Amino acid sequence: MANQIQKDPIMKKDTTVLRQKFMGALFLAIAAFIWFVFVRTTDSAMQTIFVMTPGGSIATISNLTFNTKFALKTIAILSALLGGYQIVKGFGKYSNVILGVEGILLIISFLAWGAGGGTVNIGGMLRVAIMRSVPVVLGAFSGILCERVGVVNIAIEGMMITGALVGSMFGSVFGLWAGVVAAIISGALTASVHAMLSIKYKVNQIISGTIINIFTVGLTSYIVTKILQVAEWQYLNQSGFFPSFDLPLFSKIPFFGPIFFRQNMFVYALYILVVLLSIVLFRTKWGLRLRAVGEYPKAADTLGINVFRTRYIGVILGGMMAGFAGSYFSLGSLGYFEQVMTAGRGFIGLAAMIFGKWTPVGSLGAGLLFGFAESLSTNLSILRFPIPPEVLLMVPYILTMVILAGVVGRSQGPAAAGVPYEKESL
Amino acid sequence: MSKKTGPEKNDFLSIFIKEISKSSLTIILLAIFTGLILGGILAVATTPEVYKAFGRSFGDGLGESLKLIWETYSSLFLGSFGNPSKMVSSLFSGDSKAIQSAFKPFLESLVVTTPYIFTGVAIALGFQAGVFNIGAEGQLFMGAIMAAWAGWTFKGLPPIVHVPLALTVGTLTGALWGYIPGWLKAKTGAHEVINTIMMNYIAFNLSEYLIRGPFEDPTTPFKTPLIEQSAHLLRFFESTSLRLHLGFFIALGVAVLIWFILYKTTWGFEFRSVGLNPHASKYAGMSSSLITILAMSTSGALSGMAGAVEMLGVNFRQTQALSTGYGFDAIAVALLAHNHPILCIITAMLFGFLRHGSRVMQINTGIPIDIISILQAFIIFFIAAPAIIRTIYRLKEPKPILEMEKTA
Repeated sequence: MANQIQKDPIMKKDTTVLRQKFMGALFLAIAAFIWFVFVRTTDSAMQTIFVMTPGGSIATISNLTFNTKFALKTIAILSALLGGYQIVKGFGKYSNVILGVEGILLIISFLAWGAGGGTVNIGGMLRVAIMRSVPVVLGAFSGILCERVGVVNIAIEGMMITGALVGSMFGSVFGLWAGVVAAIISGALTASVHAMLSIKYKVNQIISGTIINIFTVGLTSYIVTKILQVAEWQYLNQSGFFPSFDLPLFSKIPFFGPIFFRQNMFVYALYILVVLLSIVLFRTKWGLRLRAVGEYPKAADTLGINVFRTRYIGVILGGMMAGFAGSYFSLGSLGYFEQVMTAGRGFIGLAAMIFGKWTPVGSLGAGLLFGFAESLSTNLSILRFPIPPEVLLMVPYILTMVILAGVVGRSQGPAAAGVPYEKESL
Repeated sequence: MSKKTGPEKNDFLSIFIKEISKSSLTIILLAIFTGLILGGILAVATTPEVYKAFGRSFGDGLGESLKLIWETYSSLFLGSFGNPSKMVSSLFSGDSKAIQSAFKPFLESLVVTTPYIFTGVAIALGFQAGVFNIGAEGQLFMGAIMAAWAGWTFKGLPPIVHVPLALTVGTLTGALWGYIPGWLKAKTGAHEVINTIMMNYIAFNLSEYLIRGPFEDPTTPFKTPLIEQSAHLLRFFESTSLRLHLGFFIALGVAVLIWFILYKTTWGFEFRSVGLNPHASKYAGMSSSLITILAMSTSGALSGMAGAVEMLGVNFRQTQALSTGYGFDAIAVALLAHNHPILCIITAMLFGFLRHGSRVMQINTGIPIDIISILQAFIIFFIAAPAIIRTIYRLKEPKPILEMEKTA
């Protein structure tokens, strides 16, 4: 392992330059695509209307009406300029931000073109995107907490589904907040099994995660068939859900207010957790220790950090996060438990973690992107040339593979993730 | 290296005997046993009648519990193997209909076993070469849908051409689905676990799209057309309820073939060496990136074949994409078999029989089928962490060979 950490500095520089040029070429390609596909097929008199406020809320800003062709041309030129600058000088450490901007430009132009002559409710779409991103981002946080201490967690999905069921059952009997607490505890319990297997017994962490996934999917399905579907027990699965409410002052912000601050408890908790987790991981001594254990446990051990205990804490915190994410499904959106409700969101969370380079803020961005893809996929019928929703839903996975391969903006995880720690006897 | 160690017998039987004589077999049996006990406890704990019986008296409760466990597992047995006395009496009667109906559960279990053998061997092969193919499910999906495509698109071919053609199309699609993460791992170092998970979801969405879009049967929504009669795999019985098809024997053949490749050819030796120690293999002149790509592609091909065989032998058309779970259960199959292709047949049968028998169990006792997944999880839990089994049954720890080598 050790010889892999030291990289040849010259090699690294070469690939950075290559990546810079490649990214620039990508931006140019996007510009060309918008120009030759979108602009060409748009009538010059066409108008697109973007509705900026979600349905049901009082409009604080008026709808945006613009000439489609002109807007598309502007975007294409802007994209080309960005691409040119990237090739010639490079944006340096801001390249990934610019990549994100390019992505947004592409989406906007796609929407403007697709809705040509019609109306797109951008506000509503974004609001739904945020709601949909909650479990994904929380799942990513679960992954971050585990991998930062050096334990790979592919059982996020399993922990989520447990949280969703437990949340619904406890929520039905003892109230919504009790449901949330129970879901978090259930996540912690599931995670402690993962922790025990992968830290104490040094079982392959992927296998341990697989065991938990198989077990939790089986158990929840078992409980649904055996208990929740029986008429006399059905009251155990009628939790209801947290209503959304306006956050005072914030909800009055034009455009952003109704989108970001007219949501339910889970969304606000997400905002708090992003800030909290970023500070704890990167600005506190404790977070540094956590990360040290995931990067180079031997060194951390030498400095007197208890590697095993830190790993247990990280994994169990991650499990709590996944349990909380799971409770979103039953207590935050649907109001009851359904077997298929998590539908692989735990794995998308894993993807968002990679996408966000193992940081809370990055994962939030990635999660929002995935949420937007989902929100868009349910709205595709309004577009001129409807692309199948399944194809759109494939995009996040493909992007994750591209990112992981390092073609655009390499993403590399903690060095010791997946490697059990053996304390060397003296 | 291993070839120099002299006339070490390496045929099936001696390997099987070796495996048995190792203490690991004890662990496997105890893991299965413990899993069954825990499953029984779960069944008891979730049955209201048991609580009522305990309310009457402790003895009643205990009796009810034991009765429930007995009924659960005996109906699981009857559902998977069939009724032994019926089987024997039907054999003596000589009536072919009676024999067929008596052996039906057993034969149907073999049908369920078939995809487990393919996917189990696929994952075992990956493990042997040091890659974790968690994407068998997606590869199976793609293999199935593309085999179906070949099954209905080509018309008027004789079965001798059509069946292999459709199988090949499915297998190659699976291979492609494995090749991509394999290539990415070899060339960019991207972890195959994440990539195969992503490929799974791409496969689910893609096949969903195909079923609702270009591959949709014009007359039945959300289904592909039925495959041509000429693409059907040979079935051994006239009766439509006895579905045992040639696929089972193809699976057996493939398992033996993979065993042969792994243990009898240089190629297989390189596979295993890379799996054991990629760095040492590299110094020995093997291309670990080539092996990784090959292993992932072959593993994908086998999973794709699982889907193709299911399609041509059992389903005949792809309906809306629902996860079959074969790809994930296969991880358990491979682990339980210690990644040995031949042992995979036996463990695949264990899971195939459990899965098929569970339907009868659900009807007889009301215990949901899902208890099988729970049993599987318990079993791999104990296989993966043998220390837990050793603690429970106070078994002695085997001598840690590696430790001794270190100090020497």
